[in-house]
Order: sequence, then C-alpha cells, then structure tokens
Amino acid sequence: MAAAPSRVGVPTWIFVPAVAGAVFVLLPLAAIVLRTPWGRFLDLLVSPASTEALLLSLRTSGTSTLLCILFGVPMAVVLARTSFRGQGILRSLVLLPLVLPPVVGGIALLYTFGRRGLLGEAFEVLGVQIAFSTTAVVLAQTFVALPFLVVSLEGSLRSAGQRYEVVAATLGASPTTVFRRVTLPLVLPGLVSGAVLAFARSLGEFGATITFAGSLQGVTRTLPLEIYLRRETDAQAAVALSLVLVMVAILVIGFARQGRTSL
Amino acid sequence: MTFRYDAVVAGRGVDLAFDVGPGETLALLGPNGAGKSTALTVAAGLLRPDSGRVVLDGRPLTVTGRAGRDVLVPPHDRQVSLLAQEPLLFPHLSVLDNVAFGPRSRGASRAGSRAVARRWLGEVGIEELADRRPARISGGQAQRAAVARALAADPRLLLLDEPMAALDVAVTPALRQTLRRVLADRTVVLVTHDALDALLLADRVAVIENGTIVDQGITSEVLARPRSRFTAQIAGLNLVTGTWRDHAVLTSAGMRVEGHPTGPPPRDGDPVVAVFPPSAVSVFLDDPGGSPRNALDVTITHLEPHGGQIRVRTESLSADITARAAAELDLVPGSRAFFVVKATEIAVYGT
Repeated sequence: MAAAPSRVGVPTWIFVPAVAGAVFVLLPLAAIVLRTPWGRFLDLLVSPASTEALLLSLRTSGTSTLLCILFGVPMAVVLARTSFRGQGILRSLVLLPLVLPPVVGGIALLYTFGRRGLLGEAFEVLGVQIAFSTTAVVLAQTFVALPFLVVSLEGSLRSAGQRYEVVAATLGASPTTVFRRVTLPLVLPGLVSGAVLAFARSLGEFGATITFAGSLQGVTRTLPLEIYLRRETDAQAAVALSLVLVMVAILVIGFARQGRTSL
Repeated sequence: MTFRYDAVVAGRGVDLAFDVGPGETLALLGPNGAGKSTALTVAAGLLRPDSGRVVLDGRPLTVTGRAGRDVLVPPHDRQVSLLAQEPLLFPHLSVLDNVAFGPRSRGASRAGSRAVARRWLGEVGIEELADRRPARISGGQAQRAAVARALAADPRLLLLDEPMAALDVAVTPALRQTLRRVLADRTVVLVTHDALDALLLADRVAVIENGTIVDQGITSEVLARPRSRFTAQIAGLNLVTGTWRDHAVLTSAGMRVEGHPTGPPPRDGDPVVAVFPPSAVSVFLDDPGGSPRNALDVTITHLEPHGGQIRVRTESLSADITARAAAELDLVPGSRAFFVVKATEIAVYGT
C-alpha cells in the first residue's frame, strides 16, 4: 500500500463498540455456515419443494426487477430532471415502501387488487383473480423493491448532472435521442446497481408476499416462505436454504459495489 | 441580418442587444460576471429571458414578454451549437462517434455521419485520435474534438463560450489558429475576456460591462481606441498593423517593427498585425540602439495613472512604466521619446 494520508487519530476506546457491532453482524452469518449440514447440502437443495421454491423465487424476482426497471427508470428521470408543484411530497410518498412494514404493504395490496379491493371488481369482471396467485407475488415484490431502484437511479442522475445532456441538445438531439444515447449510458452503472438491489429486495420479500399472495407450494411459496415453513419440520433444510440466500446476498453486495466504484 | 438578439434577463441584470451578419464573428468581450454567458444560454434556448426577441435567419427562436404568444424553440430545434470552456465529450463514445453525434441526431446514417465526422477531425488536425476514448486524449485534443463536434452538427449559428479559458497556455495559440481557419465563413458569437481572442477571431466586438454593451465596433478599432474602462484595462494592447517585409512589420508610416510570427509564417507582402502589451515597453529619451530591440520614435500625448504605474500614451501606442521612471524622464504631453520593445515580446499575426 502506498503512503496513506496522515489523519487525526480516533480515540482508542471507539474500537471496542465498533468491533462488537461488526461481530454482532458477522457472527450469525458464521453460525449459518457452521450449522449447515454439508453432508446433506446438495440433497436438501434438490428436493422438489426446495427447487420449486427456488425457481419460483428466481422467476418472480426476475419479473419484478424488469417491472422495476420499466417503471422505476421513468420515475427516477421525472423526479431528477423535472420540477413541479408537490414534487417533494410525491417523492416521499413514492419512496414510502422503503420504510413501510412489508406486512402493511401486503394488506394495502390486498385492498387494492384483492377480490373486494379497489380494483378487484374490475379484474373480476375480466375473469382475472390476482390475490393468491403468482402475479400477486410479483406485485408484492415490485411494490417493495421499486423504491430501491428509484432512489439509486435518481442519485446517479443528479450526480451525473445535465451538462452532457445540454451539449447533446445543442447538437440537435431530440429529448428521446438525448435520453437514449446520453442519459442512459451515463447512468448505466447506477441503473445496474439499482436493479441488483431491487432484485435482492424482491428475492428476500416475505411479509407482503405471505399477506397478499399466501403460501401455495409452486404458486406463491417463494424461498423465504419455504425457509420459514421448513424451520418447523426440517430445521437442517431451512439452514441449507438460508445459506443459498446468504450467498446471493454476498453476490449482490459485490455487484452493487462495482456499480458504485465505476461511477 | 442573420442573427438578431435583444433580451433582458432581469434576475441577472443583463440587458443586451446585438446583431451578427452572415458569416460574421462577433466577440462579446467583458469581465467575469458581466453577462456574456447569459446571452449565450438565451441564444441556445437554455434560458428563458424575461422579455426578448431572438431571431436567426428570419426565424423567431425566442420571443417573450411581448404582445402575442411567446415563442421558445427547444435547444435541439434551433440549429445553434454551443461550445463551452470544457470540451464535455461524451465519455462513453469514441472521439469519432462524439463528432458524429450531431449529424446522426439529425437523421444521417451511421456510415454517413462517421464520414462527416472524419472530415471534421481532419479539419481540426486530430484524425488519428478517432478511435480513442475521450478519457485517453489531452485537454487540447479534447477541445479540438469538441470544436469538430460542434461544427459537424452544421449549425446556422455557433456559440463559443471562452473556448480556450480552460486550456494550457502552451496549446492555446495552435487552437486559436485552427479556430481562425474553421470559423472564417461562419456566423459566430464568441464570448471571451481575452482581447487577443477577440482580435484574432472576431470581425466585430461588443464590450459588455455590468450587463450592458458599453462599446462596440470593428475589433481592431475598439481595442486600439478603448472607450470603456474595461477595454482600456484588459484590451489595452498595442496593435501595429502593416505588411510583412523582410521578417518585420512595415507600417504605412514607414515604421519597422520586428517580432516573432505566431501560427503559419506570413509571406512578404501579407497584411499582418504586431501585438504587444504596454508592460513590455520601456521608455527612453534617446535611441538606445542594440539589435534585438525595436525603438519606435513617438510623441507622448498623455500620461495617466494605471494600476499603480503610469501609462504613457501616444496617438496609437501605450507603455506602462513606474512613477519614478516617469519622473526621472520628466515626461509631459508633447515630449518626444523612444518606445523600446524586445522583438521576443512582440507577437505577429496574419490578418
């Protein structure tokens, strides 16, 4: 390592709570690794219920990430690049799912898309029932993950600034061309890390899913739900499946970090 | 008139009106914060003036605060290119695709726009950098690419906002020469606080102070006979026009001034201008002789305090000397004296 810039020292005692905090976060991860039944690990993972839950999770999380990109990118652009009355309030409300308990989100979705919900009757007429279906899982995941992508991308858009967009416009590029050829490529790292965060949030979704979509094997029982149920009957399987999600989380952090450093 | 500008931006205290003829370059010269750049942002459609009318080739681009409907043509639809201090090349595109951006945005094919881009890269002398990323070229090269990019968009009006201010002084003379060549037949508004830029690049100059035009006219006349304090301070350069004869500038009055040519070397008989700052001039009562120096026989017209020194003025030249030197020489209006300047202090430009 090259000569580090000299800094004012920190008080020595501060290392004690800092290390304690770090141990508090890392010890449970170590516990999962230590308690994983490595001998049966593969067998547990490929059991029908597990694979079904894993594949359902990947499928629904992938779909909800796509939905987040589809709606989140325009939302972030509108929030970062325009100004209108009430924009601040709108931003706070749109980002509400970040701090809302997921189970409350599930109730809210139920009273929107459920059979007796706000839009439920309209869907009923069309012969579509959303609640307690795979669609409901995707909706619940999108609801909680969307703000992650919006926040991440809005930050990238603001720090990228508008100078390049101004140049592009004076060169004759229409707003659509500017968006496609300048704005998007410039914030691509932010978009990737936002999408990865949204995917991770979708993959871990539990509360809103179980409230709004229930827990039907192969239909709405995603990996977190499966882990929760298995804990009662087969604790070792629950640990093995948990380790899968831990590994996914580590990959996600790696991706998100890369996205940030390349900005 | 090709470009007609008349707009008020009350929030910044800027109220300017000027015209630029077809193929003409107008320099807006003034200190920082005088309102020069504000005029460019209005012309480019990036700022809506409180009231104003901006017309390019008979087409109203911005009309606000008048009877009838407001007009505000969006920036991309104006055919007005803006080149700023910083090159702002798109970092994710190659130099070639940066330059091709304008024609491509206006509907040219990929191959067609790249062909146009190559031609412009050649024009500014960096054809060999076409495939580089902007992060891998120097500041001067990047600004050349930005010039090529602005011109490749084929604007009806080109706006230059201090295009050389952010560059290393070592590369500005060469870029200035390039600009001189490529701007020759274009309609241009150039914002600068450098009198030399105005002199070499502009046909006319408008001097702006505190948001209004305080002086305007043919560049060399405005600079030689400054009527505003700012022009006198910053633009008070000595300009000696004449023809290039035998490695020196020969004036119509028969005066001979030696200097070093900047840019392409002039040929005998070419019209040229010798430029040197008043601070490079020393004043003597007798011809001191000595080969590397120019000694110009002059008559003093007035003396005035100037930034802690004394500015000694003649009909067309000025010199800055210390108050003590002025006292020792006993200079008064009407005195005969010699203005002595080293040849190395004098830059000679073709006009």
